Amino acid sequence: MKSWRLLAPYLLLLPAFIVLAAVVVVPLLLSLYSSFTPFRLTRPDSIWTFIGLRNYERLFTDWEFWVAFGRTVLLLTVALNLEMVLGLGLAVLVEKATRGQRLLRTIMMFPMMFSPVLVGFQFKFMFNDNIGLINNALQGLGLTDRAIPWLIDGTLAFIAILTAEIWSSTAVFAIFILAGLMAMPKEPVEAARVDGCTPWQTFRYVTWPYLMPFAFIAMTIRSLDIARAYDIVKIMTDGGPAKRTEILWTLIARTGYSDARMGLANAMAYIAILLSIVFTAMFFRQLAKARAQIAAEW
Amino acid sequence: MATVSLHSLVKRYGNVPVVHGIDLEVADREFIALVGPSGCGKSTTLRMIAGLEDISGGEIRIGGRKVNDLPPRSRNISMVFQSYALYPHMTVAENMGFSLKIAGKPQGEIEARVAEAAKTLGLEELLERRPSQLSGGQRQRVAMGRAIVRNPEVFLFDEPLSNLDAKLRTQMRIEIKKLHAKVNSTVIYVTHDQVEAMTLADRIVIMRDGHIEQVGTPEDVFRRPATRFVAGFIGSPPMNLQEATVEDGTLVFAGGETLPLPRQFRDKVEAGRKVVFGLRPDDLYPTGHGIHSGEETEVHEVEQAVMLTEPLGNETLVFTEFAAREWVSRMLNPKLLKPGEKVRLSFDLSQAHLFDTETGTTLRT
Repeated sequence: MKSWRLLAPYLLLLPAFIVLAAVVVVPLLLSLYSSFTPFRLTRPDSIWTFIGLRNYERLFTDWEFWVAFGRTVLLLTVALNLEMVLGLGLAVLVEKATRGQRLLRTIMMFPMMFSPVLVGFQFKFMFNDNIGLINNALQGLGLTDRAIPWLIDGTLAFIAILTAEIWSSTAVFAIFILAGLMAMPKEPVEAARVDGCTPWQTFRYVTWPYLMPFAFIAMTIRSLDIARAYDIVKIMTDGGPAKRTEILWTLIARTGYSDARMGLANAMAYIAILLSIVFTAMFFRQLAKARAQIAAEW
Repeated sequence: MATVSLHSLVKRYGNVPVVHGIDLEVADREFIALVGPSGCGKSTTLRMIAGLEDISGGEIRIGGRKVNDLPPRSRNISMVFQSYALYPHMTVAENMGFSLKIAGKPQGEIEARVAEAAKTLGLEELLERRPSQLSGGQRQRVAMGRAIVRNPEVFLFDEPLSNLDAKLRTQMRIEIKKLHAKVNSTVIYVTHDQVEAMTLADRIVIMRDGHIEQVGTPEDVFRRPATRFVAGFIGSPPMNLQEATVEDGTLVFAGGETLPLPRQFRDKVEAGRKVVFGLRPDDLYPTGHGIHSGEETEVHEVEQAVMLTEPLGNETLVFTEFAAREWVSRMLNPKLLKPGEKVRLSFDLSQAHLFDTETGTTLRT
């Protein structure tokens, strides 16, 4: 009787444990284990060959991997900064609107309603060097008479991907910052105006500190998004041409599925996840600091 | 230091006017209180002076200079807000020195002026704290410190004490009065609390529905209210007011009760005129328990039944019914009265007021 009572909570929790183990824990452990093997999808037996850290050792000196890693960090940094500046601008403008604010907010979120795959196709079409809208417009305006190879030149292709990424997700920043603007009390801003601040100083010293926590939440979400960016790049350039726009997850997917080297791909994925964890931890620390600074009660 | 003048000042939100062309002259170093019920336009008026609201019509001059189109930062004013409006991410010292920093003053001067203001307000110990670590009264003090370090020409206070509890409010009221004596600058103070207005101000501006009802010293607005509204608004408990008709040297109330027409109005009010009779609770008292003002009292006695009493210790408020209305009287040196007990009430008619029923203006000239 007594032992029953002790066992009951565990028994009741057991179904949840089983489900979690089946869908999360076991695959996770299995993938971690496979990163210590030369596992190839074409040779299932290879999963039983334990090779220790050899995959990781190899990656540490793998130039191609680190270029993709660096490019992902670059994409993340540039996209986050531009998205924040643009999102901030959008939010401030929308907040100023006295009429139709609700409509503007909805319109602002349209890009987020499209599947990234479709965004990729759309921008791939727009940046096409022969039939694309961008070259057509540039030529039509007489700005150039050449067909600019948007998706072929490495730098230009990076810019094209960046554009698609920013177009589709700036709204995340805009929405969070707008929420901050709407939640912020008006009196400190008025006090700053009376205290002698120009509009820019009011923004810099009073409004911005209030908005920082909101911007950091958006940054955390978006850094996770971009660190696992795949679909837009896959559609627009597929990491090419000649790996000039290869980022972490296009490389990982290619290694895992095209080359069938799943063990190595899993090792890459674990390093990529570390990157995400580092960024998330960093932004969370900033968020906590910013919240403490404005004595936020949320 | 500076004068402030408002000329036909108008504020409209869309087509809805909220301030209807008010005129006001505030003298240099004067303490002016704007008082009135909520929605009377007093805060809007203050915010127009501050430059936080656009002016729909008329003119504002500070120190003779027209400021209609100047941004708040160019008006040389300081403002203390009801919600304190401190910058939460700055320490007390940074909050107080912020305006000087923006003005590009050297660090040494900022520190000196902040230290001086902190000393005046007793904030020395708190300079490194953040607003969230302060109590309401301390925050209020910081808000005032922030206003005084700038050394502005005009101080604007927007209901600065309404978020404090009653005891702290009384204490801060005294501090504001001391502060005004010390900094000696022009103050415009908005409040809905008539006690604050009466105790602090050199002159009181009583507003209603976007109009000024009366401008005068605390004594003026209490003793000589210009309108029925002022009479009812200033004074606690409020003045007893009841409509009556003048007939042959008497006031006849709706229920047929009469009072003699007070002597000071005898030649001024013609028979048949409808008036509002007003008498402060101080001038209506159980016989023998009043303030004897002495000279030229004209006392009329009526016997009434006590409805209710409110003992306050040093005095008791006695509620009786007369002319179909509840009348409040103030009983000094109180003795115990029971509901239903008959009491002789003295109406000190020399202190009575009459107002025109239609216009609400006083009939005293």
